[in-house]
Amino acid sequence: MTAHEHDHDAEEKGLALRVKALEELLVEQGLVDPAALDRIVEAYETRIGPRNGARVVARAWVDPAYRERLLANATAAIAELGYGGLQGENMVAVENTPRRHNLLVCTLCSCYPWPVLGLPPAWYKSAAYRSRAVKDPRGVLAEFGVQLPAGVELRVWDSSAELRYMVLPLRPPDTEGLSEEALAGLVTRDGMIGTALV
Amino acid sequence: MNGIHDMGGMDGFGPVLPEPSEPVFHAAWERRLFALSQAVPFAVPFGDDHLRREVERLPPADYLRMSYYEGWLHAIGSLLAERGILPGSAAVRIATQPPLAAGMVDAAIAAGATTRQPDAGLMARFLAGDGVVARNLHPAGHTRLPRYVRGKPGVVVADRGVFSFPDSNAAGQGLRPQHVYTVAFDARTLWGDDTTAASVCVDLWEDYLEAR
Repeated sequence: MTAHEHDHDAEEKGLALRVKALEELLVEQGLVDPAALDRIVEAYETRIGPRNGARVVARAWVDPAYRERLLANATAAIAELGYGGLQGENMVAVENTPRRHNLLVCTLCSCYPWPVLGLPPAWYKSAAYRSRAVKDPRGVLAEFGVQLPAGVELRVWDSSAELRYMVLPLRPPDTEGLSEEALAGLVTRDGMIGTALV
Repeated sequence: MNGIHDMGGMDGFGPVLPEPSEPVFHAAWERRLFALSQAVPFAVPFGDDHLRREVERLPPADYLRMSYYEGWLHAIGSLLAERGILPGSAAVRIATQPPLAAGMVDAAIAAGATTRQPDAGLMARFLAGDGVVARNLHPAGHTRLPRYVRGKPGVVVADRGVFSFPDSNAAGQGLRPQHVYTVAFDARTLWGDDTTAASVCVDLWEDYLEAR
């Protein structure tokens, strides 16, 4: 074990103890029900994640009327599929086209559409992503292995207020025969952030 | 505040490093802390504006060194101290509410906690298509006006409705409900030739904008 790893382990142990102490104090004072904490963790580890958003995208690909509703009022359209709530109370869907690619970021913190994408990955919250996405999005996309043609313009959405965004990616070519469920299987989390093509 | 958290346009943080098959949480304590962050406000009211304010008050070197959830731990501790909940805190203990019950968790997640406010009678000062300028404001307290748009001209893309104002709410000075607009900025207006974006859209409260 290197000295650095040792420090990291000690720091993690310290953080774990501090969180445990905080939880115990709040439980003791009757301010937190530990079973509620279990339930919250379970929701975000099992039910609330990018598979929800993928179903929204697939529906929009197969149902033009749904796509219209999604682009006009994303919160209501997403609720039609049973998703919504915390950090998705005010949703906006932005559509990729052959001429425009959309990319999402929160430069000030980590705002992210939880009901459709779950909790954000560490890179989305990183200084590297938050600093560069608004200035050099093509450079950022290259680090994800994405090269957009020169004719495609890049629009970046900095979710600095209480709107939460999702990208509606372009439907991949040669997928006419696929079912809605099979299409949902093609949709990735990063495709709905804009750091991947689908 | 002109803090380290306001990162848009900074250089030098290196490449973005996605982690393959990343778990939702990286440690057991992150699970508990995330859950605490969601559950505690039911008993000890605070909002995202307050949590963000406390994260932003971290000294810049600490902000960069700390992991994401470590910053939250610090912020929640500060908020609980401010509300007189932690032992030894000088503040007067606020009146607390009953805790979030396990059986209510799913309903609470589904209900959400929007900061949207009733918009009856609140005239929108701007319409989609209007030219605006982001005001050149540098408040010492919490704000959601990113530095990189201050003083820059843009065009209103959409009126998103009425929301409480983070600058006043975070300071305990009331909700001051007002319209929020998505404003599109030409990327060259922001960065000159040193950009690969075509445009950047930013959601801005009415008090951050003036007509042009």
